[in-house]
Amino acid sequence: MSPADLITIPFDDWINAFVRGWLVPNFRPVFRAAQVPVTVVLNNLNAFLLFVPMILTTAAFALAAWRYAGRGIAIFTILGFAFIDMIGLWPETMTTLAMIVTSVLFCALIGLPLGILAARSDTFWRILRPVLDVMQTIPSFVYLVPIVMLFGVGMAPGIIATIIFAIPPMVRLTNLGIRNVRGDLTEAARAFGSTEWQMLWDLQIPLALRTILAGLNQTLMLALSMVVIAALIGAGGLGLIVNTGLGRLDVGGATAGGVGIVILAIVLDRITQGLGEGSKAGTLSVGQVLTRTLRGRGAAPVDATVTGPVARN
Amino acid sequence: MTDKITVKNLFKIFGEAPDAALQMLGTGATKEDILDATGATVAVQDASFSVAEGEIFVVMGLSGSGKSTLVRLLNGLIPATFGQILIDGQDVVQTRGEALREIRRNTITMIFQHFALFPHWSVADNVAYGLKVKGVPATERRDRAMAVLDQVGLAPWADSLPGDLSGGMQQRVGLARGLASDPQVLLMDEPFGALDPLIRREMQDELLTLQKTLKKTIVFITHDLNEALLLGDKIAIMKDGRFVQIGTAQDIVSRPADDYVQAFVADIDRGRVFTAGDVSSDPVTAQLHGDSAETTLRRMEDASLDALYVLDGDTVSGLVTHRDLSAALHRDGPGDATLTPSLITDFTTVDEGTYLHELYGPAGIGLPIAVTDGDDRLTGVVAPEAVLAQLDNEAAAAPAPRMEDAR
Ligand SMILES: Nc1ncnc2c1ncn2[C@@H]1O[C@H](COP(=O)(O)OP(=O)(O)O)[C@@H](O)[C@H]1O
Ligand SMILES: [Mg+2]
Repeated sequence: MSPADLITIPFDDWINAFVRGWLVPNFRPVFRAAQVPVTVVLNNLNAFLLFVPMILTTAAFALAAWRYAGRGIAIFTILGFAFIDMIGLWPETMTTLAMIVTSVLFCALIGLPLGILAARSDTFWRILRPVLDVMQTIPSFVYLVPIVMLFGVGMAPGIIATIIFAIPPMVRLTNLGIRNVRGDLTEAARAFGSTEWQMLWDLQIPLALRTILAGLNQTLMLALSMVVIAALIGAGGLGLIVNTGLGRLDVGGATAGGVGIVILAIVLDRITQGLGEGSKAGTLSVGQVLTRTLRGRGAAPVDATVTGPVARN
Repeated sequence: MTDKITVKNLFKIFGEAPDAALQMLGTGATKEDILDATGATVAVQDASFSVAEGEIFVVMGLSGSGKSTLVRLLNGLIPATFGQILIDGQDVVQTRGEALREIRRNTITMIFQHFALFPHWSVADNVAYGLKVKGVPATERRDRAMAVLDQVGLAPWADSLPGDLSGGMQQRVGLARGLASDPQVLLMDEPFGALDPLIRREMQDELLTLQKTLKKTIVFITHDLNEALLLGDKIAIMKDGRFVQIGTAQDIVSRPADDYVQAFVADIDRGRVFTAGDVSSDPVTAQLHGDSAETTLRRMEDASLDALYVLDGDTVSGLVTHRDLSAALHRDGPGDATLTPSLITDFTTVDEGTYLHELYGPAGIGLPIAVTDGDDRLTGVVAPEAVLAQLDNEAAAAPAPRMEDAR
């Protein structure tokens, strides 16, 4: 005797009916249109990265690594990128990089405002939180099917799957960073008559920046981990090399693709981590971080004496 | 003096059902009853007071008595449940959104217990914050910030980060930030509470010095009665969200409204509350060139005094004691004895506002102390016993307070 003897639920049929019978016919054009910006950004970035000579790209990454992560990582970058080039995977690596950057860009564009809203409204956060939990815990293979049905196959759907998978840390840590800004500071901002926007820009984002950048780093890592899975639905790059290798039981090919992903992951991780730590517990303004990012290490000398905002009161 | 702030029947109830709580308050329920019955916290109940322009109004009470809530009601950081807060006639309780922000930008600023300086901005940028919010251009902001920093003696630190300064210096920055936009009202929530006692004294004196020229209307919160008595033109004692007494320092100390206030007052330094004016009596005098030793001696006996002041016209020339005069009379005979040989010219003069703790020394000599006005005219005399009597904690020993000369 089991519950199934009494009643069986055709759960899969319901989902099928919902997705096939309602969502796809009614909203397919909407979803198709939604992937246009992703496609535009991705194609341009991909074309650009493939156009720039390998030497130049490597130099740029090595320089960034040297500034934010130290000399060791800079040397690793040069050797690693040279290795990728020598095993003939440079174009695929650039395509993967374009996909990663595009995903992270959209994660930031969507995640930052969501995180800010979540920090400002407990109700919104209560609704959003389980959604994020679900997004992070559902095995990504599960939503590949509806994504293919709604968006089709190709690069853009692969990136959309990546965005869904990688966005939660961006939202979570933006929310956390802003909520952790000392209450008396936001109260002071209010007491001086600042608007919510002024407070966000002058106080909350700068003080949350370190946490937000940590979120960005995590998002980046999650996006990298989706490279192979996204390739299943038509995204190219290194993921495709791995999948092809897998399909043909070509250990060499799969490993080569895997090594490329690992090298890219290490370089990107270290650079973005260095960027976050450089912002010294959020004591830099957004403008300072932007100039830092553009100009590199020549940041204001006062940084060295700064302590975090949390320890004092 | 005109009232800058007038508060009428102000209530703040935190929680779900403020109306039910308000109704229960109307029927005489206590804060605890209401918390049990409705889960609502009564933070401020039925506060009514007014603050005159240029006055320091101190709210004193223990932790949890509702002081912080009260001060935040005044600039609308916390919305009131019921009541009126008129600032220059405009009701803050009814003001919302941009109009409320306007008031905060132009009329009322606030100074916080833990300074609440922005750690990622320089001292000068912190000071200029209110101006930035108002949209004042950067160079003008900087000039104004430097001027105010100069006023609080921190100009050399303009480009440091707040974290590099000591607590006292940080609060000076907080004060400068509050003053930079030239508000009319300053709200100060235990501004010196986080500072060491020595620094606190220094800041209190500095505030009083600044206030002499600035003449801001200040609502100052403290849990330290000595601080309240030192700074307050008017003092409100708060308990469980209610004002139990409002009055001058002298009112509070000499006539505590109930046992609660009495308990506070019991161990304060009365010498820093009462002034020479509070304990002086009308002078009984003699004229140096008009009165003989004999008449003077008789006048002294009539008033049962041991000594009195001798005037030459309007100016005080010295004092004579009963003992010296009787000796002179005995020596020179009633007809010839004048006041001059017995005159003591080494005497102490103070003005009405001098605090009693400064009179301990002179009173110890045992001679009366002359109280003079700005033109050096004798307006009163403080008997040494009066100083000592006032130090006695018995409230009964204090003279009736004189409201009009509060500080
Ligand atoms: N935001 C709030 N929500 C609920 N209760 C509060 C809130 N703020 C203060 N209270 C309560 O109101 C009462 C007065 O608090 P407060 O004004 O901070 O007192 P004080 O500043 O005199 O220490 C306390 O019982 C406190 O617990
Ligand atoms: Mg408080």
